[in-house]
Formats: sequence, C-alpha cells, structure tokens
Amino acid sequence: MSIDWNIVQTAIPLLARGTVVTLQISLVAGVLACIIGFALGLASLSNFRPLRWIISAYVDFVRGTPLLIQVFLVFFALPVIGIRFDEIWAGIIALAFNTSAYIAETVRGGVGSVERGQTEAAKSIGMFRWQILSYILLPQALRPMLPPLTNELISMTKNTSLLSVISVYELTRAGQAIISVHFVPFEIYLLLALYYYALIKALSYFSRWIESRMPAL
Amino acid sequence: MTAETFVPALRVEGLTKTFGTKTVLRDVDLDVRSGETVVVIGASGSGKTTLLRCVSHLELPTAGTVDVDGRPIGRVPVAGGWKNSSERQLAIQRRCIGFVFQRFNLFPHLTALDNVAIGLRKVRGFSAREARARAAEHLSKVFLSDHVAKRPHELSGGQQQRVAIARAIAMEPTIILFDEPTSALDPELVREVLDAIRLLATGGMTSVIVTHEMSFARQVANRVIYMDEGVIVEQGTPAELFGAPREPRTRRFLEHFTISNTGRPNEQH
Repeated sequence: MSIDWNIVQTAIPLLARGTVVTLQISLVAGVLACIIGFALGLASLSNFRPLRWIISAYVDFVRGTPLLIQVFLVFFALPVIGIRFDEIWAGIIALAFNTSAYIAETVRGGVGSVERGQTEAAKSIGMFRWQILSYILLPQALRPMLPPLTNELISMTKNTSLLSVISVYELTRAGQAIISVHFVPFEIYLLLALYYYALIKALSYFSRWIESRMPAL
Repeated sequence: MTAETFVPALRVEGLTKTFGTKTVLRDVDLDVRSGETVVVIGASGSGKTTLLRCVSHLELPTAGTVDVDGRPIGRVPVAGGWKNSSERQLAIQRRCIGFVFQRFNLFPHLTALDNVAIGLRKVRGFSAREARARAAEHLSKVFLSDHVAKRPHELSGGQQQRVAIARAIAMEPTIILFDEPTSALDPELVREVLDAIRLLATGGMTSVIVTHEMSFARQVANRVIYMDEGVIVEQGTPAELFGAPREPRTRRFLEHFTISNTGRPNEQH
C-alpha cells in the first residue's frame, strides 16, 4: 500500500473548498440553533404549562431520533406537504433544529441552577418574571452554560458531514466526489479525517479561549 | 386622618401557613403602624421567618390576608369576593414591601451600585443616570460610599448586608421586613449592620425585624413580639416584654437567653 501523493496534492485545495462550505453551514446553523435554542429554553421556563409541554415534547422527539432521519424528514418529507428547501437550507434547518433542542436543555438547566435566593431578591424589589430572567438569572447562567453550549456547537460542526447524503457539497461530499472519480478511498478518507480533526481542534481551542475570557462571577 | 379611618402600614389577619401536614403559622394577626419598628423574637422553628415570607408573599399563605397601606397583597377583588393575584399582579403589589434576607442575596454579577440601581431603573423606571445617582445616595446612608464600584464578593458580609439594605430602601417601600439580617455574619460584623438599621429606624422607616440580637431589640423596637409554634404568644414594649413578661413561655425563652446567648431555647411545656 503506497500513498498516491499526486491525488493528495489535487485533493488538498478541493477539500479546502469543502471546508469553507462546512464552516459556512456550521456558522449559519449555529447562529440559528442558538437563537431557537435560547428562545425554547427560556420559553420552557415560563409558567404557561401548554408551552412547556410542547417544548419538552419537541426536545424529546429531537433527542430521541437520529439526526440523519431528521435531515431526510426536512429534505424529502417536508416537500410532500409543500415545504421545499434546497439541499443547503434543508441541511442548515435540520442541523439548527436538532442542535437547538440540546441548547434549550442547556439554557433551562443553566438558568435553573442559579441559586433560589437570587429569584427571591429580584422578586422582593418587584421585578416581573421576564425581568428576573433577563437581568438576574441569564447573566449568571451564561458562565456555567458556556462549556456545554460550545460542545453542542462543535458536535454540530462534526454532524455537518451527514449532509453529504443530501448532496450538500461540504467537506465530506467534496472528498466523496474525488473518490468517485479516482477511486482513492484510503488517501481521501484519511485526509478528510485530518481536515475534520484540525477544524474541530481549532474550534475547541477557540471556545476554551472564549471561556477563559468570560469573567467568573 | 381620623381614628375610624386609621389604616395601618401593615395589616395581617388570620395568616396561616402549612407545609404538608405541618402548620408553621396559625391564624396570626398583626398591625404595624407607620413609622413603627416591630421586632419579632422566638426560637428557631417558631414561625418568625415564615411570617415575614408570607407577608411578602415569597411564600404563599395557606389562609389569611395581608394589606399594606390598606392595599391587598396577593389577592385582587372580583365580583363577590377575592381571587389570588396573578404572578404579574403580585410583582406590582409586592413593590410596597422591602425584604432584607439573612444571606443578603446580592446579585453577584453587579457592582454594589448596580445592585441598588437595577430596581430603580427596571422597576421604578428611572433613567440610568438618575438611578445611579439615587443608588449612590442610598449607599451613603449605609456608609458604603467608598465601595460603590465593588462586586459583592469583594465586600465583607457586613458590607454586603448593608448593600442589601440600601437595595431595599431605594425602592421606597411602605415597610421593610428584615429576616435575621445578622445571623449569617461573623460576630465582629454584626454591629455595623445593626447600626445601619437603627439609624434607618430612628429616621422613620417602618419595619418588622426578626432577630436574635436581644439588646438590639431592646434599644430599637417600639414593640417586641414573642412567637412560638406559629402563634404570637405575647407582645409589648421592650420594657414590658423584657422587663415583665406575662406568659411563662416568654419567660422561659428569655431566661434561657440571658443565661446563654447562643443556645437554643428550651421548648418543653
């Protein structure tokens, strides 16, 4: 077994282009996931029971089914009822909704872990529930929430590789395209692994850096 | 205001609280006049803290009513009676009651100044500038002008509790409830907190103070209340209650206190 270095050389820039798409998808899906996740997490802290039930059913469904099936649902099943996205947006939406469920749980847990006396003190000065959440509880919950939050986003980035099955031309798909022409699975899959590894490492260093810059309370 | 229309700052009627099968407050009645300082004493588990928490509705009473300046707390009138306040209504009604907690409960992510200013801004609607100016003024009343920019963890327990007091008075409530304000403090820090409270009390603040500091109670109280097993056993001026307690239970409690300032009072009957 010898490595075909010519293929490696050809592949490096092609895979780099795929990496850019992977990053773009991760960024957009990540931002959406945070927005939806925070909204769901905060809504699940409301005292309006039906809302809490709906959100907990949603979270339960997302966590209880494979991401791949969720991707298929968005890309193949939704068009049947008239909701159509191109493959990139279908992928982004599936990833964002999947990750948002985990983020919602992180938010709910983080806010719930703030000491009870904080809520009581805020009540004692007459704050409304939403004010207590936004001015007292959330700011204190952000610090402990950050590590699980960045972990969710990093594993979402890894999960973008699943979008190759609906022909999103991201990193994995870019590699598969090379393999299908040159039939060099050993070199390309190895390269893919290295690309993902470097990407994920960079992201985790970045998130540890953010965490270290967050002031401790 | 004539005698017939006299409205107390705080009126508590028939206040009862049960946790499961345990009755912690039994049918407590209490009026506090405007400007009055009422000190509540009693053994731990006698219901003092629960009384304050039920008055402020941090704990919802099982039965009974609370009115501040004649305005109901925790209930709203409906056709033919009353119904419980919504959470939002309660937040508004509660604004006339200040609360100082045993464990301070300052907001750790905010400076001393912002701990006081946040309520002025978000609840009372002052501009950021006005809120901060007022907050600084209130912090000076508890002698903390030099510490406005510090976070709670940079302050001693006594300083933290004084910030908490400033936070409460800044809202200009009708009445302030102090729940064992010095119990969580190191002994050498108790005095500065009591001095701050004493100063506010002589300045006309209306308050109910739960404390184990008997000499403080003697000095500052207009009226002392002794509670045991969820009821008010006896009340009177400090001279009456400390000098000549009528009830045997009160006597036993106070005797125990003069013997030992730290021990748990005898609860046998």
